[in-house]
Amino acid sequence: MGKMTLADLKAMRDDKKKEIDRRETDKSVTVIIGMGTCGIAAGAKATFDAMIAELNNCDVVDVVVKQTGCMGFCAVEPTVQVIASGMPTTIYNRVSAEVGVRIVKEHIVGGKLVSEHVYDNPSKDILAD
Amino acid sequence: MAYKNFALVCAGTGCHSTDGQEIYDNLIASAEKHGVSGDVQVVKTGCFGFCEQGPIVKVLPEESFYVKVKASDAEEIIAEHIVKGRAVDRLLYKEPGSKTAGKIEDMGFYQKQLRIVLRNCGLINPENIEEYIAREGYQALGKVLTEMSREDVINELKTSALRGRGGAGFPTWMKWNFTKQIDGVDKKFVVCNADEGDPGAYMDRSTLEGDPHSVMEAMAIAAYTIGATQGYIYIRAEYPLAIERLEIAMKQAREFGLLGDNILGTDFSFDIEIRLGAGAFVCGEETALLASIEGERGIPRPRPPFPAVKGLWGRPTLINNVETFANIPMIILKGGAWFASIGTADSKGTKVFALTGKINNSGLIEVPMGTTLREIIYDIGGGIPNGKKFKAVQSGGPSGGMLTAEHLDTPIDYAGLQALGSMMGSGGLIVMDEDDCIVDVVRFYLEFAVDESCGKCSPCRIGGRKLLNIVERMTAGTATEKDLENIEEISDAMKKASLCGLGQTTPNPTLSLIRYFKDEMLAHVHDSSCPAGKCKDLVKYTIDAEKCIGCTLCARRCPVPCISGGKREAHVIDQDACIKCGECYTACKFDAVKKG
Repeated sequence: MGKMTLADLKAMRDDKKKEIDRRETDKSVTVIIGMGTCGIAAGAKATFDAMIAELNNCDVVDVVVKQTGCMGFCAVEPTVQVIASGMPTTIYNRVSAEVGVRIVKEHIVGGKLVSEHVYDNPSKDILAD
Repeated sequence: MAYKNFALVCAGTGCHSTDGQEIYDNLIASAEKHGVSGDVQVVKTGCFGFCEQGPIVKVLPEESFYVKVKASDAEEIIAEHIVKGRAVDRLLYKEPGSKTAGKIEDMGFYQKQLRIVLRNCGLINPENIEEYIAREGYQALGKVLTEMSREDVINELKTSALRGRGGAGFPTWMKWNFTKQIDGVDKKFVVCNADEGDPGAYMDRSTLEGDPHSVMEAMAIAAYTIGATQGYIYIRAEYPLAIERLEIAMKQAREFGLLGDNILGTDFSFDIEIRLGAGAFVCGEETALLASIEGERGIPRPRPPFPAVKGLWGRPTLINNVETFANIPMIILKGGAWFASIGTADSKGTKVFALTGKINNSGLIEVPMGTTLREIIYDIGGGIPNGKKFKAVQSGGPSGGMLTAEHLDTPIDYAGLQALGSMMGSGGLIVMDEDDCIVDVVRFYLEFAVDESCGKCSPCRIGGRKLLNIVERMTAGTATEKDLENIEEISDAMKKASLCGLGQTTPNPTLSLIRYFKDEMLAHVHDSSCPAGKCKDLVKYTIDAEKCIGCTLCARRCPVPCISGGKREAHVIDQDACIKCGECYTACKFDAVKKG
């Protein structure tokens, strides 16, 4: 990096801000990925990677992605819980990397549930037919 | 590939000196071993403030707050938390009385804090300028250089009502304005006073270690405002880590064009040099500090002329403390009115304190002005260890005074502390419990002040020595009524006639003793007794033959040894040989050893 102008400085701030912002945990959307042995065996790591990459792609910064242990739904791992204001708190099951990407696009960005993977929480009547 | 986790390792002097560096190295090595180097970013960062429980590793975004971490724990943190997503429960901080770990934001230690000066401390890597830039770093300088006139900066500071954080609390805008107004000189200087010397104080060190750029950016803003091109940071050589971080920060800032010629492409040029102090306390006094930078002996000179008029090499010089500077970028970015909305009528913003002594959570805290002593000691500090009673807190170091239990609910600000005969000082708070003897504490501070007096003016050189002699006589039980009369007279002369703040404030702890602990002092003078049992010459340990069951524990603990007596027989202490260490007193389980 050579000598900067104010425009360079602002560009660098905007660029690096995303990285540092991920250290802040006070966000409006929380995604929790079950990373118990069952989750990892079912591919939770790939889901985790894909979701983080997609969040970056979509330029969404107000989301914190946490990992947790087994949520107890070992038969339908990987499980992902999404807590977002204005949306019902939702647990998704069988979240492959592709489904993870859809959750980012449709649930977090689009505000619509990925119905066929909803496992728990919202009552059936708010799900699309 | 973006990181999923961040492991922030405290790399302040406190944690660094225990295991910090090794923990950092082991975390990186373990991450590599488990193939998760791409998942977790291990970051060395500044002080989290919770030094009592250090070394600390904070893992985000789960907000797991691992305390008392050992180098050998790094492997488990990586293998469990990062690889398997399971927090390492045994290392998590749990509030006293609670069996489970809570959220960091719910921790009593952090709840009442407000971090402006320490905004980046414990969040960014101080050795990476890009992380500072990501946190709006150098934006304030950019704003000043492109959008604000020199008057605008002064006005913003005036609105903020920021006062100097080094001790005296002089309005910062006035200092800047005085220096700015001097015309017709070839050069002006900006100096940062990082000569932190109060016993128990480490606010400035932690700020420089955790966020060096914030101070450098503020110095550049100051230079622009007053018309200087050269700055100096005067820092004591005992702060090697802070110096190292500053040097790295300066190098990076120069590479980025944020120091040096034509900063941010404008015609403003400014650079900073570091000057190391040899650790003389008096060099924290501004005129002595300037003399030391010039290569002279560090002794004060009479003011006026103030440094704003005649400072370094006779040129107008602005000199501010580390913490004062660290506030400036935020004031510029968020506005003076925002800053002035925090605090009390008399004192705006926050204050960083180093909380030490008899306190559960010793550490570095930042609270809004006006926070009460009770909130600091009990809510943040977690109270006094071992169920002991709070006795007093010394604020302002050797220049300050005691605050007692009756002041627990007094809001802390400049005027409030001054009214109580203490002072804000640089921010050291030393907590004392019922076992501490105030006379003995005052003796310690006087000894410190006498050692550190430069000897130039006689009120300080002779007065300090005389006061120390009197207080030493108190601790030996030989002080007289005449001594008590003399204290007031000597103190008065020192306050009026000493050349600098050191001599003027040396009597403060002694006066505080008279004001708040007169009974304890008079017990030393009239009864030759020390109620706290601290002053060795006045303490006598005896064994109550009725209570002693002859367990021999005290005799085995006695280092001299001077306790005699067979098994199941009452023991006796040989008073001539006793060194009054108190080991027998603490050892006895039957309350048979008496102190008095």
